[in-house]
Amino acid sequence: MDRKLVVSSSPHLRSPEDIQSVMVDVLVALFPVALMAVFLFGYRALVTMVIAMVVAMVTEAIILRKKDIFGDGSAAVTGLLLAMTLPPSPPWWVVAVGSVVAIVIGKHLFGGVGNNIFNPALVGRAVLAVSWAGHVAGDVWIQPVPFDLTVLSVTRTTVSDAVTAASPLATYDASLLDLFIGTVPGSLGETSALALIIGAIWLYFRGHIDWRIPGGFIGIVFIMGLLDGGFTMGVYHVLAGGVLLGALYMATDMVTSPVTPIGKIIFGVGCGVVTMVIRMFGTMPEGVTFGILLMNALTPIIDNLTIPKKFGEVKKNDA
Amino acid sequence: MGGILSIQNIRKGVNQCMSERTFVGGIHPSYSKEYTAGIPITSARPPSQVIIPLHQNIGAPCEPVVEVGDEVKLGQKIGEPKGFVSAPVFASVSGKVTKIEPYNHPLGNPVEAVFIESDGQDTPFEGMEPTKPLEQLTVDELKTIAKEAGLVGLGGATFPTHVKLAPPPETSIDTVIINGAECEPFLTADHRLMLEYADDIVYGLMAFMKALGAKKGIIGIEDNKPDALQSMEKAVSEGKGEYDIEVHALHTKYPQGAEKMLIKATTGREVPTGALPMAVNVVNQNVGTAVAMTEAIKLGKPLYERVVTITGPGISQPANLMVRNGTLISDIIEQCGGMTDDARKLILGGPMMGLAQPSTDVPAIKGTSGVLILTEEFVEELPIDPCIKCGKCLEGCPMNLPANFIGSASEMGKMDLAERYGAMDCFECGCCTYTCPAKRPLVQWIKIAKGEITASRKK
Repeated sequence: MDRKLVVSSSPHLRSPEDIQSVMVDVLVALFPVALMAVFLFGYRALVTMVIAMVVAMVTEAIILRKKDIFGDGSAAVTGLLLAMTLPPSPPWWVVAVGSVVAIVIGKHLFGGVGNNIFNPALVGRAVLAVSWAGHVAGDVWIQPVPFDLTVLSVTRTTVSDAVTAASPLATYDASLLDLFIGTVPGSLGETSALALIIGAIWLYFRGHIDWRIPGGFIGIVFIMGLLDGGFTMGVYHVLAGGVLLGALYMATDMVTSPVTPIGKIIFGVGCGVVTMVIRMFGTMPEGVTFGILLMNALTPIIDNLTIPKKFGEVKKNDA
Repeated sequence: MGGILSIQNIRKGVNQCMSERTFVGGIHPSYSKEYTAGIPITSARPPSQVIIPLHQNIGAPCEPVVEVGDEVKLGQKIGEPKGFVSAPVFASVSGKVTKIEPYNHPLGNPVEAVFIESDGQDTPFEGMEPTKPLEQLTVDELKTIAKEAGLVGLGGATFPTHVKLAPPPETSIDTVIINGAECEPFLTADHRLMLEYADDIVYGLMAFMKALGAKKGIIGIEDNKPDALQSMEKAVSEGKGEYDIEVHALHTKYPQGAEKMLIKATTGREVPTGALPMAVNVVNQNVGTAVAMTEAIKLGKPLYERVVTITGPGISQPANLMVRNGTLISDIIEQCGGMTDDARKLILGGPMMGLAQPSTDVPAIKGTSGVLILTEEFVEELPIDPCIKCGKCLEGCPMNLPANFIGSASEMGKMDLAERYGAMDCFECGCCTYTCPAKRPLVQWIKIAKGEITASRKK
């Protein structure tokens, strides 16, 4: 028999899942959120999302010198997540700069997928927030008009005073139902708790997120809100602003969050505490971005301090 | 009543999550047992020549006790162990010893082997005769029978059985567990044994219990083999006499049949890290070993053949064959209609822990539980991506080890770091590599780390 046999180390079976399939699952999870954004803010939301994704993917393809624009899908996820944190109608170049910063500084300066310390989308968002604050915060929010897909002109880059509205985190007077459905001013992907939860359930059942990070994050935000202003305020803090988007989709980014079960809880709680400290005592109305980025930096330490007990380890000490 | 939230369903769900009858971690690969699960065991064609390696167990090798030119009979001892942790090997045909020289071995390096040209007669060795019934055998006699029959763990680890039957005096064994989990995908040898040799398995278990003075016997079977569960239940209720024996249905999950996981699932006991099952008063034996013990008692038959599953998409006629020790795999493959055109990989054992072979010119040994032939689509070389820290390896690890960190430490040559993360506790089940979306060969790196750590400890 002169057939060549392949020899390799066991196991000889591999799960069908790969990085690309994980990223596609995340994109699928974000689909209801994206759909809701278009439903609330019109076609202009779609334009922002497409710019962010395409620029992110092209930037990554150039860096990796690959013709396959989609690649492992992680750039598309980064772009879409960045768009989700932006107001409905920033100038196109602000979106593009955000995507380039996310991919170049947030991701590839650290060595690309798997090696980045900070969530790339939030790096992009943070740079935009400090560099062009007028375009991504302040008087940029509009009151969504469901079903009116042309509430914003597709080409419009700024929002006129006529339609601006204050963020629910500035006013603290939105109804909880509006916050749940998403019919409040806010970033593209943060307003609708409903859509965010639907996508997260999908991710949970696909095995890509577990309850620990979102549980710790949302739990501590609720508790701190509750202590600050009662039950309603606790719920308000969870639903308003970027907590759900951050807790379910950003903090759960695999690369930049801990691996260990206890580490995940600590990480989630840490994100929530920083978020609430900024909200309650800081000068900015919202603290999710910096809450997560700060905890990203602590992830390696958290992992190292929370390596779980091995099978059989406890019993040995008992014996 | 009924519906998804019925009490029964909730209880079932709770049992699946919380039941003792499994362990934390593990994976659910595609089991692919359908190739051979329904095929009864048949005898392989008697080989015209056998090549019997003198080292077929964990522990010390054997010395040949025959010489070139000798006539040997079926079941005659041809290799005598050189140490306590070792087991003799036997002629699996009658005929003439033609050569004693190193030959290919499933574990990799060539090993001294006895070549026997069969005379086609299968003349049995005179020493092969029934011993006494179990009731009349003493503990010492049982241990001697296991030792003299060359019994080793037939699950694949090939640890000599008589060593397991001789725990140190300060250790008392209260439970013997028979491993019928057969969690490796594709393999069905144990499944068929439980259907066709159920009585012998129970008898063998009782022999082990008597030898160890164990009060309790447990037969653990994954619940994807309901027919085997039924068969064993029946055999136990008919054959157990005054012995306390239970059949446990285990959650179907790889590696449910790993020693420590099986003990956890059936008794709730956790074997301490680095220790043997006897540390928690348990001894494990594979169903095949139980059958071999019974045959050694009832027939005086030493271990010179075993059931092997020949399976996979790359073999023309999958089968469960009784294969004699030293039969060349090429011979077995030929009997099963040969490999298909797209066959690309030969594995001895199962797909998760089995060893890929560079050649079909390798003999079947005591530990050969399966001959698995995989095709083109299984051998695709996957690019290795950086770790994305998804943690699926840690979730899947039955030992609860951070395989990603151990793997990366080993990849970077930081063996001390790998050791600190728990490399030495890995028993190489392969769940981490299986589940890794970045296709990182984690268990391979961990094996390298284990090798280097062991070497540096010896210094």
